[in-house]
Amino acid sequence: MKTTDSAVQIKNPGQNQIYAIQMREITKTFGSVVANKKVMLDLKKGEILSLLGENGSGKTTLMNMLSGIYHPDEGYIFINGKEVSIQSPRDAYKYGIGMIHQHFTLVDVFTAAENVILGLNDGSKFDRKEVSRKVSEIASRYGFEIDPEKKIYEMSVSQKQTLEIIKALYRGADILILDEPTAVLTPQETDKLFAVMRNMKKDGKSIIIITHKLNEVMEISDRVAVLRKGEYIGCVDTSETSPQALTDMMVGRATTLDIDRPDPVDPEPRLVIEGLTCIDHEGVKRLDNVSFTANSGEILGIAGIAGSGQKELLEAIAGLYPVSKGTITYKPKDKSEMSLVGMDPLLIKKSGIAMSFVPEDRLGMGLVGSMGMTGNMMLRSWRKNRGFFVNRKDPNQLANQILKNLEVVTPSTEFPVRRLSGGNVQKVLVGREIASAPAVLMTAYAVRGLDINTSYTIYNLLTEQKTKGVAVIYVGEDLDVLLALCDRLIVLCGGQVSGVVDCRNITKEEVGLLMTKYRKEGASHD
Amino acid sequence: MDLTSFLTLFHSAVVFGTVILFGALGEILTEKSGNLNLGVPGIMYLGGISGLTASFIYENGNPNASGLVSALLALISAFVFSALGGLLYSFLTITLRTNQNVTGLTLTIFGGGLANFLGGMLQKFSGGVGQVKVGKAADTFGIYIKSIAGTDTSHPLYAIFGYGWLTYIAIAIAIAIFFFLGKTRTGLNLRAVGENPATADAAGINVTVYKYLGTCIGAGISGFGGLYYTMNYIGGTWANDGTIEALGWLAVALVIFATWRPINAVWGAYLFGIAYWAYLYIAGLNRHTLELFKMLPYVVTLIVLIFVSLRRKKEDQPPAHLGLPYFREDR
Amino acid sequence: MTKANLAHDPLIRISKREDIPMWKSWLVRIIGLLLALVVSGIVIVCITHINPFMVFAKMASGSFGSWIKNTNAAGETVEVLTISTKRIWVTIRDIMTLLCISVGLAPAFAMKFWNVGAEGQVLVGGIATVACMKYFTGLPTIVLVLVMIVVSMLAGAIWGFFPGFFKAHWNTNETLFTLMMNYIAIQITSFMVAVWENPPGSNSVGVINRNDQYGWLPSLFSDVPNKDFGWNVIIVLIVTVAVFIYLRYSKQGYEISVVGDSVNTARYAGIRVKKVYIRTMAISGAICGLAGFVAVSGASHTISTSTAGGRGFTAIIVAWLAKFNTFTMILISALLVVLDKGASEIASSYGINEYVSQIITGIILFFLLGSEFFINYQLKFRHNKGAEPPAAKPVQAPAANTDNEDKEANE
Repeated sequence: MKTTDSAVQIKNPGQNQIYAIQMREITKTFGSVVANKKVMLDLKKGEILSLLGENGSGKTTLMNMLSGIYHPDEGYIFINGKEVSIQSPRDAYKYGIGMIHQHFTLVDVFTAAENVILGLNDGSKFDRKEVSRKVSEIASRYGFEIDPEKKIYEMSVSQKQTLEIIKALYRGADILILDEPTAVLTPQETDKLFAVMRNMKKDGKSIIIITHKLNEVMEISDRVAVLRKGEYIGCVDTSETSPQALTDMMVGRATTLDIDRPDPVDPEPRLVIEGLTCIDHEGVKRLDNVSFTANSGEILGIAGIAGSGQKELLEAIAGLYPVSKGTITYKPKDKSEMSLVGMDPLLIKKSGIAMSFVPEDRLGMGLVGSMGMTGNMMLRSWRKNRGFFVNRKDPNQLANQILKNLEVVTPSTEFPVRRLSGGNVQKVLVGREIASAPAVLMTAYAVRGLDINTSYTIYNLLTEQKTKGVAVIYVGEDLDVLLALCDRLIVLCGGQVSGVVDCRNITKEEVGLLMTKYRKEGASHD
Repeated sequence: MDLTSFLTLFHSAVVFGTVILFGALGEILTEKSGNLNLGVPGIMYLGGISGLTASFIYENGNPNASGLVSALLALISAFVFSALGGLLYSFLTITLRTNQNVTGLTLTIFGGGLANFLGGMLQKFSGGVGQVKVGKAADTFGIYIKSIAGTDTSHPLYAIFGYGWLTYIAIAIAIAIFFFLGKTRTGLNLRAVGENPATADAAGINVTVYKYLGTCIGAGISGFGGLYYTMNYIGGTWANDGTIEALGWLAVALVIFATWRPINAVWGAYLFGIAYWAYLYIAGLNRHTLELFKMLPYVVTLIVLIFVSLRRKKEDQPPAHLGLPYFREDR
Repeated sequence: MTKANLAHDPLIRISKREDIPMWKSWLVRIIGLLLALVVSGIVIVCITHINPFMVFAKMASGSFGSWIKNTNAAGETVEVLTISTKRIWVTIRDIMTLLCISVGLAPAFAMKFWNVGAEGQVLVGGIATVACMKYFTGLPTIVLVLVMIVVSMLAGAIWGFFPGFFKAHWNTNETLFTLMMNYIAIQITSFMVAVWENPPGSNSVGVINRNDQYGWLPSLFSDVPNKDFGWNVIIVLIVTVAVFIYLRYSKQGYEISVVGDSVNTARYAGIRVKKVYIRTMAISGAICGLAGFVAVSGASHTISTSTAGGRGFTAIIVAWLAKFNTFTMILISALLVVLDKGASEIASSYGINEYVSQIITGIILFFLLGSEFFINYQLKFRHNKGAEPPAAKPVQAPAANTDNEDKEANE
């Protein structure tokens, strides 16, 4: 190091020619929440860098400041050694940065080609054929498949992602940022994507891939940068690190999952699902002949790649998703039987079935964001009392109880839950669902976005319910947690059950294999 | 109905339809940018009164006034003041993020008030209700090619060529908007802003600029509807009878009826015109039932609205982000 | 910080406010209102060239009395304000009608349902009232009034039912739907006016039952009809309080809030969303229909296409500004009506036309709407970041294996 004077470096960009991007002291806050705090990041030219971190560690926010969606409150960004200010996505393209967001930025009613040229104004004539030709050319260079004239609303998720990458390349992006690209892909599609990424690297492109899947980090990247709770932890060469070392960086301390798992006591079938098939409004089979039993006194885990039918399964049981075929039978303690198919949540409740459900979309389905804790407690109890008016006294008591027991941080029980942090929102939701003394408790991604401590609080709450004899269904994404917390595990793959396993006698690798095991109709893969 | 009376009906339908066609075309452009501007009646009021006032100031007390200049002044001032109305709406909804419905309705109240107030002033100035007259401008706007169309109002050629030139400008604007939206990059960008502003933003499109321009130019075009009404429909005078407001809402209806397609709006407008005037040609209608008959355009629009929502065809839907605000850092 | 960089930073950045104390938000609104008054004052002064302070004095007095020219002892002409009970009652009556419509919109808006069809709902309520006055002859006043209330509410409820039904089942755009329903109602009104025309050829219904005042809402404090409008006040205030309680403390009100926040959450909680949509719109329409009754039986005693007179639209803005709080609506309705009367007073005493009041209303509403922005958002102006940026030196990795590259990069 010969100089610390940035002005010199700005005048002599040659000094940093090997770096495509350098971010320094980047701070970004949203209201009182600090998303990034004095973060640094380097991306070398022609490398694949993994940006690793838990949910909520500020990875996406940091990248959004490169793509011009956000602007940093403080800090400096250097592109090819030159200090820049990226005010808008247009600026980002100007500097050769293209970001593929997790939520695709495509216009539904436009064709692929129209989406590709959106916002471009290079003065050339608007010639659809020429655009289509160029798109096909890029596709063949890197090994994509795409139909330029197809409308977006007719495309699969993977096709949309492909299109996003082509869009960035078409605009001459040299630096590509992919935000959790594999979350929505099947293993085969992931392999294809990685092949394309390697092709792009060969072509001299620099790539940042945001992920929290360690196996992918090890497989695809040259270096790994780690963020934790909005702060920069460090950067290592992939070849010189191990998943364990990365986990340590990611979570701050070695995590040997230490979840207390008592053996189930007198398990008996509580919920029996047979041949459950659900078809969405576009005619796609979301669940295909799913059968399993949830027992009392045990935690039944559900594993699978995102979008394998987990959401639909829980919602179908809760009466929120239409069932095309199959049966859902509730068997209470007195050995009677009740079919849940065709019931909506109100009917289920009126039939006296104590079912609790912590949905994936907390504020969009489980809670009313604009109401305080009390109003949200009422969501389960407002029908209970007789008469025309609501009873606010008991819900308020319950709210205070949850606030105390689960240590919810909120100014008051009337403070809108929308403005609480993710962990506190989840405590309110889980607390309420457990408070109604359920016989069946379903949770979807109950610890997503929560810090380790809150996650453990949730695990303990679920285990406590299990020992009380509740049939707990736990949909999760972290295999380590699933295997340590649950008694049995159902693996979903493409809407089908690809395996039911005992969590005490199986390895993570075996489950991983089941998650990607496809049973194509007509052709036997097994 | 015989051909002669149909041709006469058609002629009045086109004149009627052109008023709402201008209104609807402007609103289509505006709505494609994602702004649901319920201020169309107010904007048409602004267009009508500002055009009239400009011609009036020029023609009044100027015996040598040129009809062409007078008409040109009316055109320019109608566009400018209507676009200013659109600018006010844009500033409030885009920059200050007020609710679009509420802001649009306020603009309708304001525009109507301003226009009728100025109209009243003009009437007072020229000696009473019905005394306002901008003859030269109105004559200029009424020019059509007599050598082709002739003067026989029941002749087919008259039914095609016998309208003031603004009538054809309306059709030309419809075709221009059709090409603009479908065949140009800027049009594509504008549609993207109305469908999915976050995506447009990420693609480097300046959402704010597009929304402002779409809304202001759209308002300018809508304003021609008011101008056409004062100059061609009632012949260069002012009437405080609230007709422009009613036609303004009909223009909003026409946008839905046309499923946001400018070419559909053209025949839709004439169809509305036929529905509006048809009572004159239907035997057995009396003064009571003709009022019910005038309900037809609205009922038909309602049916189209229901039908579109039933069929759920993607291409027929309103712009996906219509009526919603966009704020990049909203989370 | 380099100059080049500074120039690229945005001058103003807008961000959402976390929270704003009550007093501050009201302060912003009051400032907005004052600015609006100043602007309207300027407009009026430009038109009339009168003393700006007189403008406000006149506007304020428009609702309570009128200025009458007198000659004083010195022979100068002076204007004297004469307070008129009649005028005050008319002002109160008009406030009540606007308030009733706004209150009717509150349930729909709380559900985030854009009912812009109040104009039509008021009209059908009015038509129903007139029909009762004409056809249900020979009933005691109290019975007739009750019948009219029920029938007008029913008519409004039907007008609200349709958009609610189609929204519930096919997600048909309610803004456009209710807008169309307005004009259907207007044409039906024209039709009924033609049917009930009196005298023939006048193209109006005229004052109904002028002689026996049958079906007129009586005065509360006197036997003389139209002496006061006490019953209007009582009816509308009952509705105002009832809707407030309904929305805040009833189970149905709770359902409305949940549906308004998130339809999915409502489904999750076992709320029948379709039913809530339809029921709430019927209620909303019914109260607007009742406003039609108040406007006809309690005020004009006639019907025309201008019976609603744009108040259906003004009420939307009132309801929106009041954030579904029906008591705040009293304030805003009063403000708008008093200003309207004030502008009319100015218009009549200076011989300018009455549409000036619409202009003033528009200006006031624009400012009130605009002030919401400063309540919900805050502006951050560009400030100098101060310190020099640190050198763009590659980050030290915790595992010390990037050191070599480090040197390469900087030497």
